[in-house]
Amino acid sequence: MRNAVCSALLSLFGRHPFVFLTGDLGFQALEPLRAVMGEKFINAGISEQNMISVAAGLAQQGMLTWTYSLGSFAYARPFEQIRNDVCLQSLPVKLVGNGGGYAYGAMGPSHHALEDYGILLTLPGMRVHVPIFGKDVQPIVARMSVSPAPGYLRLGRCECPPGYTVPLYAPWRRLLAGRGTPTLVVGPVAGPLLAACLSMERDVRPDIWGVTELPVRSSEMPAAFLAVVRQQRRLCVVEEHVAHGGVGQMVAHELLTMGVSMDTVLHAHAHGYPSATCGSQAFHRRESALDAPSILRLLGLGS
Amino acid sequence: MECSEGEKYIKIKESFAPLRTAAVRRLLQMHYDSHIGHIGGNLSCLDTLLLLHHYIMQHDDLFVLSKGHAAGALYITLWSLGELDDSLLTTFHADGSRLGGHPLSNWHPRIPVSTGSLGHGLPMAVGMALAKKLRGEPGRVYCLTSDGEWQEGSNWEALIFACHNRLQQLTILVDHNGWQGFGSTTEVASMADLAPRIAAFGPAVPSVNGHDPVALYQALTPRVAVSGHPAVLLLETIKGHGISFMENRLESHYLPLDKAGLELALRELAGRAIS
Repeated sequence: MRNAVCSALLSLFGRHPFVFLTGDLGFQALEPLRAVMGEKFINAGISEQNMISVAAGLAQQGMLTWTYSLGSFAYARPFEQIRNDVCLQSLPVKLVGNGGGYAYGAMGPSHHALEDYGILLTLPGMRVHVPIFGKDVQPIVARMSVSPAPGYLRLGRCECPPGYTVPLYAPWRRLLAGRGTPTLVVGPVAGPLLAACLSMERDVRPDIWGVTELPVRSSEMPAAFLAVVRQQRRLCVVEEHVAHGGVGQMVAHELLTMGVSMDTVLHAHAHGYPSATCGSQAFHRRESALDAPSILRLLGLGS
Repeated sequence: MECSEGEKYIKIKESFAPLRTAAVRRLLQMHYDSHIGHIGGNLSCLDTLLLLHHYIMQHDDLFVLSKGHAAGALYITLWSLGELDDSLLTTFHADGSRLGGHPLSNWHPRIPVSTGSLGHGLPMAVGMALAKKLRGEPGRVYCLTSDGEWQEGSNWEALIFACHNRLQQLTILVDHNGWQGFGSTTEVASMADLAPRIAAFGPAVPSVNGHDPVALYQALTPRVAVSGHPAVLLLETIKGHGISFMENRLESHYLPLDKAGLELALRELAGRAIS
């Protein structure tokens, strides 16, 4: 998705100029943006705290500013800067974090972003965007650029299964119709699940939905999603994020607040590092039961 | 007819003294009324804030108080400019007030950013100066930091960035009073030699008596940096300046004034104004 964000920002820059700050990341991805933006593309160096505050200062002076870093570096180190300088002052700084969840695999826990949106969504005004597919990035960047709110874009790898037609972008959308358990997925982890379900009978497979804009708000839930959840009284939420502060908790809270009765809420989420070892993103997903076979077992569809 | 440099300095000296006396008097009263401390660090930088806002800053300039605990000095400075009503000062620290213990943004044009947690104001000021540079806009961004604040890594990140990007639009002022919350800067972090440490990044770091209005004026003019680096000025100041029982006392960092202390301070101030 790095290349997708570069293309989206290139397209945006021609219409709505902005300043772009990177924390010394973007090699072999952001060079086209640097070539076009000139002095408005700034490598802020390995200094994420300063980068966020500088972005806030630019935004305070009326300049739309995007920052870019690796997912965990984008929000964890400069959290106080995001809190005090951006969110508490309602400044429209747009943060891009590359490598949500376990995307950086064997690079290790320091490079994983497992609690990013849960933490950031505690801040006033913050809006989080988690594209599921590479194609989502362009419309998301367009939406973020016109929003006066602080924003965080969590990038991952595009894991769209071959032969799958990505539905038109919307913050909430049905990804695959089925008569099984309604299943709400956040981010690219939807890809392997879709791949596993495409060939299943419609009567059996889960009804897979995707949400890309957080926090979850009951007012933004599509009527069709609510209808199927009310009817089945079941829901499964899948996200490459820890349970605490995750979409599973958000959705459960919203549904309960709305008076929607549920018999079963299933939640597939990141469990951190159960074996205290490192490995690929697929390895960590398996350890957290976030791989497609584990999710299907959770849904009662696998052996 | 324009006056000579010497005449100008005499005028500054003459006009500054009553301005300062009134400001200190109002500051002490405001802190006493609200039973709020942080007085020592306010008095160490008040002269600079007054001089800067009354004699140096122009329409396009911006000021960031990175040492946000000196909010009282900033409010009093704006009051002295006629840009903050006296009735507002009585709300300092009160419920529903905009005058918190650290500055809040988004309500007064002279308070562009909120500060309070140390190490935030300077990087934000760097961003504001960068905006001026990128847009080719006139004006400078002045940022006042404390000296203890330079124990924050983000200040050094900001300095690296500002020097590398040759932000000549930025003036960094360091209130070098030698004290922090729980000791002197020497005791806590061996920070007495701050000037050469900052200078190692490129900019010249002259020092000036932060309580001498003429020296401050001279140090802050001309307004255009010539080195290509941000301008940095080390203000040699005294914590609790001008009040004998507060000067260079750690207690003046946090403790509020009691009634006897206020009366003594005001008597000292009156005596100094007469002499």
